[in-house]
Amino acid sequence: MPVISYREALRAAMREELKRDEKVVIMGEEVAQFNGAYKVTEGLLKEFGPKRIVDTPISEAGFIGLGIGASMLGIRPVMELMFWSFSYVAFDQIVNNAGNIRYMSGGLINCPIVIRGPANGGTNVGATHSHTPEAILASHPGIKVVCPATPYDAKGLLKAAIRDNDPVYVMENTILYNDKGEVPDEDYIVPLGVADVKRVGTDLTIVAHGRAVITSLKAAEILEQEHGVSVEVVDLRSIRPLDEETILASVRKTHRALLVEENKPFCGVDAQVAYLIQSKAFDELDAPIHRVSSIDAPQIYCKRLEDQQLPDVNRVVREALKVLA
Amino acid sequence: MATPAVLTHPESLKRPAGPSEYAKHPVNTALSKKEKAALYTKMARIRHFEQRCIRIYQQGKIGGFLHLYVGQEAVAAGTISLLGKHDHLITGYRDHGHGLMVGMSMNECMAELTGKVTGCSQGKGGSMHYFAPDKNYWGGHGIVGGQAPLGTGLAYAVKYMGLKGSCLAYMGDGAVNQGAVHEAYNLAALWDLPIIFVVENNGYSMGTSQERSTAHPGCLAKRAEGYGMAWDVINGHDVYEVRAKTAEALKRAHEESKPTVLEIFTYRYYGHSMADPDKTYRDKEEIKEYRDQKDPVLLFEKELLAEKVLTAEQVQAINEAAMAEADEAAAFADASPDPTVADITKHIYWEEDNRGPKTTSRGTIIFE
Repeated sequence: MPVISYREALRAAMREELKRDEKVVIMGEEVAQFNGAYKVTEGLLKEFGPKRIVDTPISEAGFIGLGIGASMLGIRPVMELMFWSFSYVAFDQIVNNAGNIRYMSGGLINCPIVIRGPANGGTNVGATHSHTPEAILASHPGIKVVCPATPYDAKGLLKAAIRDNDPVYVMENTILYNDKGEVPDEDYIVPLGVADVKRVGTDLTIVAHGRAVITSLKAAEILEQEHGVSVEVVDLRSIRPLDEETILASVRKTHRALLVEENKPFCGVDAQVAYLIQSKAFDELDAPIHRVSSIDAPQIYCKRLEDQQLPDVNRVVREALKVLA
Repeated sequence: MATPAVLTHPESLKRPAGPSEYAKHPVNTALSKKEKAALYTKMARIRHFEQRCIRIYQQGKIGGFLHLYVGQEAVAAGTISLLGKHDHLITGYRDHGHGLMVGMSMNECMAELTGKVTGCSQGKGGSMHYFAPDKNYWGGHGIVGGQAPLGTGLAYAVKYMGLKGSCLAYMGDGAVNQGAVHEAYNLAALWDLPIIFVVENNGYSMGTSQERSTAHPGCLAKRAEGYGMAWDVINGHDVYEVRAKTAEALKRAHEESKPTVLEIFTYRYYGHSMADPDKTYRDKEEIKEYRDQKDPVLLFEKELLAEKVLTAEQVQAINEAAMAEADEAAAFADASPDPTVADITKHIYWEEDNRGPKTTSRGTIIFE
């Protein structure tokens, strides 16, 4: 199986869907001539031309709203946000319009739009460019949110998102763009709402999404090597819809849960996951659920400290040992 | 100190209202007597529907907000009467007139207001959120100016599919100061989109007059020049003028795929919404002057009587029929059931409502 990067996997997903469906349009700042701010869309303009690959002005409320309007008439826009942090100036379009219009029209209208781009800290760019809005957006019924952690999932989830008939917001991570992994050449999708057990274990369940999955897998390795603990890592992949069954099945097996995410702790995704576990598997738990999140402050600029603000391997190991104590 | 605004009003508005100067415009002479009568009927239907809503609101049966279109009928009637198969429209929250004009029934409109399952949005949208996509009507949007980017998207889609069509994106005069509107203007001009931004200028953004809300309040349409777009100002009390000038903008959209901003001067007789006591920002004399001298329905009625398109008896019959239709719609809404508790969680996701082998979603999507 070919080994490609997360970035190339995203590009492959878009290329395949552009070929499959002529209603698919790629739109965003610098996606065409510039070949993408992160080169995710590199080469697509040359291959598909300016009707399909469209550079937009720096005007998120305008062009995201335009994409939503076009999707109502059946176009399938895949909009790139240079940072999900920039979605905040388009919040009315993203939440009020894309998220509500199907409901408010009694099901007469749907918005098959995809908005994708990086949503992560850890890149030394300060608080305004480091937001992780998956919990904020997933808290709105009408919206779907996915956070791929690996090249395989990046391609499969993006393809599913493009074919999905609801608004799907794909949150990537710039730190993962160069990560490599096995990705099939052939057509496949990863359905939304299906978690993936990335590592099988028996003593502790770690639930994570996005880059926190990678951090957790490294921590699991250390826990096994240095502490003899068998850790299962559940990658949510999709925040909404949420694969509750896979989370619960793992907790029923290990009886202990640690939840890891790069969000800030207050009302993070894992607040919902913790509630889920206590409400549906309380009797299975041998220890309280613990969480590891970013330290609760706007993202700090100083790189040395930002690395500590985010969940790192050491913190995950430390917290895992507390759950196991 | 700001430079005093130079008023750029339509020429016809500078004179006392009289017979329309646009009656002989080809787009109006092309109308048969029957079509003219139908246009008048539609305006009368909007008027009586809205008047009926007031009573139902006062009975406490309509919640939320109720923004009435009374006084503005010629805007929706004139513009929408020109639209063809590939012309779409979208508006803000003062959306009843547009809905009735595209052919929504009074029943579904009234039932939506009272939150009934027989409403156009099954009681999920309310007054501000009428939709009829089968009639190219994409709402009904509650956030001021938020629909402008959506309208550019509809126009973009029409152009992308290679269709000879357009989108009319309506907004009030208060919306022109929203950033989303300016972003939409820029995209429409930059990408040559077949869109007409229709600014329905009724003089007040809620309770704030244009002079108190808008820099250079003399002309809102002129802001189009900043984006290299064509613009025009229209007397919105004269349905013939609305049609004549909108037709030019539509031609620009259809033939050249170019955007236009139209500012249509109009007036609302009631408050911003029914929650507005309408006592602080304008005086009764002003309202009376518009009602007596510039009423769009009465002016068109006079026009058609003079043209011998309609007789006084026919006018009366049309109005009585519209009132009766509104009464029936009120009864229909009364008799209709509420949505059920189970309906609360329907129509959130297409994939959830249509789950099957082809859908791409699994897992829990509605949470307890």
